[in-house]
Amino acid sequence: MDEWLNSIIQGVLLGGLYALFATGMSLIFGVMRLVNIAHGDLIVLAAYLALICVDATGMAPLTSLLFVVPVMAVIGYVLQRGVLNLTLGDDILPPLLVTFGISIILQNLLLELFSADSRKLQSGWLDTASIQLGDTIAIGLVPLIIFGVAILVIGGLQLLFYRSKLGRAFRATSDDQDTARLMGIDNRHVFALAMAISLAVVAVAGVFLGMRTNFDPSIGPPRLLYAFEAVIIGGLGSLWGTFIGGIVIGVAQSIGAKIDPGWQILAGHIAFLVILVIRPRGLFPRAVD
Amino acid sequence: MTLLETHGLTAFYGDFQALFGIDMEVAEGETIAIIGANGAGKTTFLRSLTGLLRNAHDAVRFDGRPIGDARANAVVALGIAMVPEGRKLFPSLSVEENLLIGGHAGRKGPWDLGRIFALFPVLQERRGAPATALSGGQQQMVSIGRALMSNPRLLLCDEISLGLAPTIIRDIYDSLPQVTDTGCTLMVVEQDINQAMAVADRIYCFQEGRITLEGRPAGLTRDRIRQAYFGV
Repeated sequence: MDEWLNSIIQGVLLGGLYALFATGMSLIFGVMRLVNIAHGDLIVLAAYLALICVDATGMAPLTSLLFVVPVMAVIGYVLQRGVLNLTLGDDILPPLLVTFGISIILQNLLLELFSADSRKLQSGWLDTASIQLGDTIAIGLVPLIIFGVAILVIGGLQLLFYRSKLGRAFRATSDDQDTARLMGIDNRHVFALAMAISLAVVAVAGVFLGMRTNFDPSIGPPRLLYAFEAVIIGGLGSLWGTFIGGIVIGVAQSIGAKIDPGWQILAGHIAFLVILVIRPRGLFPRAVD
Repeated sequence: MTLLETHGLTAFYGDFQALFGIDMEVAEGETIAIIGANGAGKTTFLRSLTGLLRNAHDAVRFDGRPIGDARANAVVALGIAMVPEGRKLFPSLSVEENLLIGGHAGRKGPWDLGRIFALFPVLQERRGAPATALSGGQQQMVSIGRALMSNPRLLLCDEISLGLAPTIIRDIYDSLPQVTDTGCTLMVVEQDINQAMAVADRIYCFQEGRITLEGRPAGLTRDRIRQAYFGV
């Protein structure tokens, strides 16, 4: 019994990481209906940026966030303003194709620069620190930190969206771009800010990914898939829904792995399909759409 | 003093040319009504003024400044606000948020949330409701209030009586003098000729993308208006 409880707890904590993968994607989809195919590769890019910091200065991976988050945010702003804004319009295909292209470019660029070797961000004592609950359950400190940060990030974004002037502009632009422009909102700037925030979250997700598991340049697309599934399970446009979606996939994978290690990934996809059949619009769809 | 001036304004609606050289001059403080049948180019004209449709640099001058190719979000900051056809409230925002976002450009002036609530008291009662939960007339009030929040020098109203009950239309038009009293120039697009004649200092009639008639309501006969409106 304890073993199953343990699997569920580990799955929930893993779900925190998946929620972080998905939040940035959920945010830009909510604001500008853009599906960023390069999302997973940008997560991996952030992990490598952290690796550069750690290798160059010997700083702790957590400290590297101070560098990686702002850099990724700037990349997001420039990417949106310089490239992706030009692809947005009535046709949904151009942004898909362009972000797909960016995905391939990033993968090959990272492969060229860092080789296909598997890397990890070493955190020293933190890697093995854990909290013992009873005799059989131990909670790793790193997964716990990731889970806590996921809650903070999503709660913070929720406040930003519903309590700030910028959030109001995000929601208005998402509703109706032309009318938002009549209010004096520069949609190009608002979209670029949304992408900057999205990649700031991606930066957090990437650093945590690197602290938790091994990574190499090819692992972006599966992370994109988990993010996508979490967003759809949660319901498009709902940030807390995305959080729950991440946990659903994390728990499903963890239980799948418990049954048979080969089933881990498959179990997550099955959970996604089952929820899609039962609730095609996700668990927490937005009321208006 | 001339506030708004268009010179040879042409505009396209996709491949279709909607305006064929509109020349118009509006003095500060005037109330202008634009009448015309569906498809005459009235809405296209307003969209050109706001920058949602971009034109030649010199085709539109506002306060002496060429704004024909300015972007919509920059035009608001100069002092042109629009109440769009169909109200176009933001469904994700509450009544109060819809009003607040009208002030996004940050122009100073007489209008703020308190003044809008004084103009339309019912909006204060419903301030927390989703904007689209309101009745049609109340939604129109939100849309007008939202435009006023930018403290415009020129307020464009596109078919604000469309789809509303006659008593509601009267209420809304009765509130407009409080807007013009602040010195705001008003331009209304209106299908109802009687309403237009009652509210306007001057009337322009559009037909198939051209101005076919211009003048003060008192100087215009029904026959001349019919002629200009339908072209027969």
